[in-house]
Amino acid sequence: MGKQKSAITREFIKGLWDENPVLISLLGLCPALAVTNSAINGLAMGLATTFVVVCSSIIISSLRKVIPHQVRIASYIVIIATFVTVADRFMAAFYPAISKALGPYVPLIVVNCLILGRQEAFASKNNVGRSLLDALGMGLGFLMVLFTLGTIREVLGSGTFLTYQVMGDWFQPWLVMVLPPGAFIMLGLLIGLSNWINDRRAKA
Amino acid sequence: MSTSARMIVVLTLIVTVSGGVLSSWDSYTAPKIQHHRLVELRAAIADVLPEHDRYDELALPAQTLYVGRKATGEPVGIAFIAKGSGFQGVISIMVGVEMDFTRLTGIKVLEQIETPGLGTKIVTDPTNKANPLWFPEQFVGVRPEPEITVIKNRPPTTETEIQAITGATITSRAVVKIINDALKQAQIEYQSSLGKKVS
Repeated sequence: MGKQKSAITREFIKGLWDENPVLISLLGLCPALAVTNSAINGLAMGLATTFVVVCSSIIISSLRKVIPHQVRIASYIVIIATFVTVADRFMAAFYPAISKALGPYVPLIVVNCLILGRQEAFASKNNVGRSLLDALGMGLGFLMVLFTLGTIREVLGSGTFLTYQVMGDWFQPWLVMVLPPGAFIMLGLLIGLSNWINDRRAKA
Repeated sequence: MSTSARMIVVLTLIVTVSGGVLSSWDSYTAPKIQHHRLVELRAAIADVLPEHDRYDELALPAQTLYVGRKATGEPVGIAFIAKGSGFQGVISIMVGVEMDFTRLTGIKVLEQIETPGLGTKIVTDPTNKANPLWFPEQFVGVRPEPEITVIKNRPPTTETEIQAITGATITSRAVVKIINDALKQAQIEYQSSLGKKVS
């Protein structure tokens, strides 16, 4: 019983670190690089992606025996695109400022390989409960990395955190951090850090 | 059921349900999105025509002009949206001008994707603590005849000059060009629409 329980929790935990979509699988790098110039953008993109991956996984795992193998990818894309559009309209209706800041990257969640990857690799082969936990873990793992990346880039690049001034007047913002090169540099350093930690853990 | 029949049935069902969900979600969110656009438009017009109490929409063939009026109905100025290419993408600007097109009453950048920290100073300049809006505010009272010009590294000396943002000369020039072009077009259109009404 205890062993089975830990196997189920693992479906959730693995997305946070061991199989983190950004740090380990290097999936969904386009939004991770493009929208993380501020913490709030990273958070909003992470939440939208989590919503889409969780909803799609629930629907697709419950339909896994109904959808014929030959048209599975087409079916997945329609289901994912439906939830992406729902999320996009929701943001435009209730959070217009964030929706404007994220621009085309919300509709582009459709082509985030993290989401299609989870459907193909997991939800199409597992029951609803496991798929839900897997999707939740992956979504939150994605969100964590985007929020961390957004926080570091915003603090160093604008001297603010969630638009509150956190650096004193002496601080000269590092412009490069809010520009695309800053995204590449910071993401590289984060992936390097996670590899270093994993190496040390493996040796210990 | 044969595989191909099943493929068609399942895919058709999924697409139908998806279409149904999206159309009902759209009818719920569309009015809210529309409302945000209207609020944004009103705020922008209020920014560039500070003296107006209400405005009329004047739909002309090439663009819509917003004629700002006082509560008494006296016209105080015309606002319109000017669009053009910036350094990286389209810049759209709400421009306010007096009724006779001799002086600008204000501008407000609505959309831009210029370089953060440099070109984005056309919206606000956080490095200028005394007045982050120094760039857009330069346009208040500027004379667009014969045309607005951009100068560098010195404050403006005539009423047609605008000082460029250091490090964002291309963006500054683009803003001025977009305003110059759109003003001429709006003036021609507005005056020909007046001519039509008289005849």
